[in-house]
Amino acid sequence: MMTIRTLTIPAILALGASFLNGQLLDPKKLLQQPTDTWPTYNGDYSGRRYSTLKQINSGNVHGLSLAWTQRYGSGTGISIKSTPLLVNGVLYFTSPNHVWAADAHNGRELWHYQYRANTGSTIGNRGVGIYGNWLFFEAPDSHLVSLDARTGKERWSVEIADPKLDYTSTVAPVIIGNHVILGIGGDHIDNPGFVQSRDPETGALQWKWNTTPRAGEPGIESWPDEYASAHGTGQAWIPGSYDPELNLYYVGTGNPNPVMAEQSRKGDNLYTCSIVAINPDTGKMVWYYQVSPHEVHDWDASVPIILIDGQIDGKPRKLLAQASRNGYYFLLDRTNGQHIVTAPFMDTLNWTKGLNAKGQPIPDPAKFPSPDGSLVSPASGGATNWPAQTFSPDTGLLYVGTNRSFSMYYVTDTDDHPQGWGGLDTTAGTDGSALLALDYKTGKAAWKHEWPSGGGPSHMLSTAGNLLFTSNASNFIAFDPKNGKILWHAGLTGPMTAGPISYILEGKQYLTACVGDMLYTFTINEPNK
Amino acid sequence: MALPFYIYAQLPSTPGTKATVEASPAAIAGSKENPEAVARGSALFKDKCGSCHGMTAKGTNKAPDLVRSLLVLDDEKGLLIAPVIRNGHKNMPSFGLTEPQIADIVAWMHAQTYAADHRNTYLFLDALTGDPKKGEAYFNGAGGCNKCHSAAGDLKGIGAKFDAHTLQGRWLQPRSGRGATSKSPVTALITLPDGKKVEGVLERYDDFTVSVRDAAGEYHSYNRNNGVPKVEVKDPVRIHTDMLRKYTDSDIHNVTAYLASLK
Repeated sequence: MMTIRTLTIPAILALGASFLNGQLLDPKKLLQQPTDTWPTYNGDYSGRRYSTLKQINSGNVHGLSLAWTQRYGSGTGISIKSTPLLVNGVLYFTSPNHVWAADAHNGRELWHYQYRANTGSTIGNRGVGIYGNWLFFEAPDSHLVSLDARTGKERWSVEIADPKLDYTSTVAPVIIGNHVILGIGGDHIDNPGFVQSRDPETGALQWKWNTTPRAGEPGIESWPDEYASAHGTGQAWIPGSYDPELNLYYVGTGNPNPVMAEQSRKGDNLYTCSIVAINPDTGKMVWYYQVSPHEVHDWDASVPIILIDGQIDGKPRKLLAQASRNGYYFLLDRTNGQHIVTAPFMDTLNWTKGLNAKGQPIPDPAKFPSPDGSLVSPASGGATNWPAQTFSPDTGLLYVGTNRSFSMYYVTDTDDHPQGWGGLDTTAGTDGSALLALDYKTGKAAWKHEWPSGGGPSHMLSTAGNLLFTSNASNFIAFDPKNGKILWHAGLTGPMTAGPISYILEGKQYLTACVGDMLYTFTINEPNK
Repeated sequence: MALPFYIYAQLPSTPGTKATVEASPAAIAGSKENPEAVARGSALFKDKCGSCHGMTAKGTNKAPDLVRSLLVLDDEKGLLIAPVIRNGHKNMPSFGLTEPQIADIVAWMHAQTYAADHRNTYLFLDALTGDPKKGEAYFNGAGGCNKCHSAAGDLKGIGAKFDAHTLQGRWLQPRSGRGATSKSPVTALITLPDGKKVEGVLERYDDFTVSVRDAAGEYHSYNRNNGVPKVEVKDPVRIHTDMLRKYTDSDIHNVTAYLASLK
């Protein structure tokens, strides 16, 4: 359990200012476990996606049924890949170019904001951040937009990167004190990667941390030269986690560029495919741990980062866990980045020559993409991917959806100076997909559920009601998180497209799941008396 | 962490000299530039600009990379690029090109940036690097391919049907690789709680339902609850997936070379 004992001075000032104004979101909610609000992407800063609610529990989950369902983009191809926020009984969620506010009691649309026409990528949007009355979201043309949460009216929009550089603006901003912290996606054409902090009132840049170093900066020695590093990408394209006591924001960075043609970027390629700890007040990196040195298969470390207050060798430790896209589970000390555990969580992995002294996988050059193809597991989509993982402090298990995929990895650009992806992978099939329950101390599976079909990296939520929620191709499913027994399911029109949330409204617990352009909300419905 | 894990080769002093990538027809189509203008622009660029900027515009020691150039990436219809070519820039002279020639170079540069930016337009290189004799030995020996297939039977002439890359993808994974097949459908044997067995082509299968179509064409559908009824899936090409854990890359390339020789 994360306890909040100290706050930084800027954070306290920001909290006071908002709270005194009586605004929609009481900032203290950001420092609590989620109950009657879901005020940030992961519910709280820990990234655990664990709800303390237990009104819905393993004893009554058989009575869980639909409260309401609503469709928000009929016939438009809209897919809601955003975890909804829930504040004062209102759900806020997005798809690229769109933001909605809906009454959490029945799904009724309260307002719908549509961004101006643009040619930016619409691959996905992970949602909004909220600060007082203000919402923040990334628009496809590399803009940060702020809306009035009460009306959906636009306050301002600011450019966060060159709109013509084919970035993908997917990140849900994370609000820490008076910082709107964001990253960006896109590895199509070797664009520089960054994490930025913006002023919630004006959108002005507070700081920018480049995901790859420039000349004279630490880490530049892991690249042939500054030009390669500055085009080395490493996009931080999903939100990170935050420890208020340490005042550290933890974010995973993406693959280096050119993605599969590595001949022009020999070296470890810092700080791509890394977990980095950033001081949110200054933008300075405090420590890093690279989970894939010299990565060549598109396995971003831009996957969930989960903060665990646990015990190692009988001593309480502030820990950080990541079940990464490269197929390895990593456990670190989050105060300093010290490595504790590395463990493979699939038995098909075939791309390393073992681990080095720091627990990092040593890539096998024989398994780099090649003109005639190299057979590697996992495929470029990874052993897992960005979908929501969850950690339950009740079971001590971290739940992750996995796919034992294989691909042939080809280099298509043998130029001394390749660009973009410089290669492709073509699927060679999958050995199956499983939901794994990993012991956080060892990374070993306490239990696993093999999906007969569907599954893979699916979105998850755990609750104090001894429940684990996820989906296969067409069902919302509740598992017993202790042993993997299925306790309940209900039909959906497809797999969940974003992390499910749970909250309490007027004393009653609800669960909301996003599927394509629809929201489904479930509760224990009582029969009429 | 900065220590290298293997010996890094030195970067060549003249990047772009081993130029291999020109925009593919798909990239040119995607860029919406006129293919004839792109072809003319390519020739003009190589003649006038390539010795400094590299034959694929990715830069050399003498002049910068243009594919990643912000000016090029920000350009629309030559509004930014054309003045540079027309007037020269820093050490770069004006080449006295006509306006149509400048427009052709602009078209080619747009196709080049589109090509780098869109991996779905990339062309695969030669996948035919294996030894067909070794491939034949593996096919009939350690690989065990001859238990189901034969060069004179089902694989007769397969080398003439596909390019090497497509062939490699199809034999590695006939079901979900490039070009799925339904010649060998997945079937399932369902054992009901009363012991009755139902078998047929698998139509739907998850933790909650299973359904098959039997040999008579009749559809059978059942609820499932914690593994009941029992379902045994039979995938006749499952061996292709199981073998993925066993092949070396040389095995794969050799078998592809062997199959490609079966014209």
